[in-house]
Amino acid sequence: MKSTQKTAYFGAMLGLAIICGYVEMLIPFDFGVPGIKLGLANIVALVILYKNGFLPALAVNIARVLLVGILFGNAMGIAYALCGGILSLIVMCLLKKAPVFSTVGVSVAGAAAHNIGQLSAALPIIGLKAVIFYLPFLLLAAVVTGFLVGLGAALIIKRVRLSKSR
Amino acid sequence: MIKKGDIFLSIGIVVLAVALMLSFSSFKTSGKRVVITVDGEVFGEYSIFSDQKIEVKSKLGINTVVIKDGKVSVSNADCPDKYCVNHVAVNETGETVVCLPHRMIVEVVE
Repeated sequence: MKSTQKTAYFGAMLGLAIICGYVEMLIPFDFGVPGIKLGLANIVALVILYKNGFLPALAVNIARVLLVGILFGNAMGIAYALCGGILSLIVMCLLKKAPVFSTVGVSVAGAAAHNIGQLSAALPIIGLKAVIFYLPFLLLAAVVTGFLVGLGAALIIKRVRLSKSR
Repeated sequence: MIKKGDIFLSIGIVVLAVALMLSFSSFKTSGKRVVITVDGEVFGEYSIFSDQKIEVKSKLGINTVVIKDGKVSVSNADCPDKYCVNHVAVNETGETVVCLPHRMIVEVVE
């Protein structure tokens, strides 16, 4: 891709990721346990990871977290989301290399890693006991949300073809 | 589209989660007291059996902690995310209601 194409493409992807996060806020999805959400933005992260590789996915993810945090959140929120987002991408990148996993498995592992990352960031504040208490709920949620997000991402990755640069 | 590895991975995580839950619930009993900490420092200790309303004021904000019918919950808060308010009432040892923006932890203890 030419650099102008790159700018436009990743800009559009970043916008899409931010909108995913916003759409998610409109869907009521509450189980009384904090931190559980659908993770629609991970669809975008997965698509970029599969189409463009690890570093572009990481860059878009970090940019998304910072922008969403500045627009709607606070400094602590950014710290949690960064820990979750970066750990999740590293895990997904590693699992993507294993042929036994499809996009769905990669997404489930990514969702679980995201929750573990966020909980670790909260560890100094809420303490180990609370972390152990929340972890099982967040892991169960990650399997469900990761599965759905992975299915969605798999459909997009299969159907959408990026035009090669001329 | 879905491969075997995906299924095993999902089942593995579910098993791990259930195992964690079971091991945690095995040493969990109904608590007797409620400890509220703000930013790591103890704000106050209360009996879980005496119904009361506690205003937890700190420089970060205000949370209203309610103890009622042997359970504790947060009824009101001026934090942006309201996770603590939406949290279910707790009554077993080790259970917590956390307000991250205000660094407030409500914990049930022996």
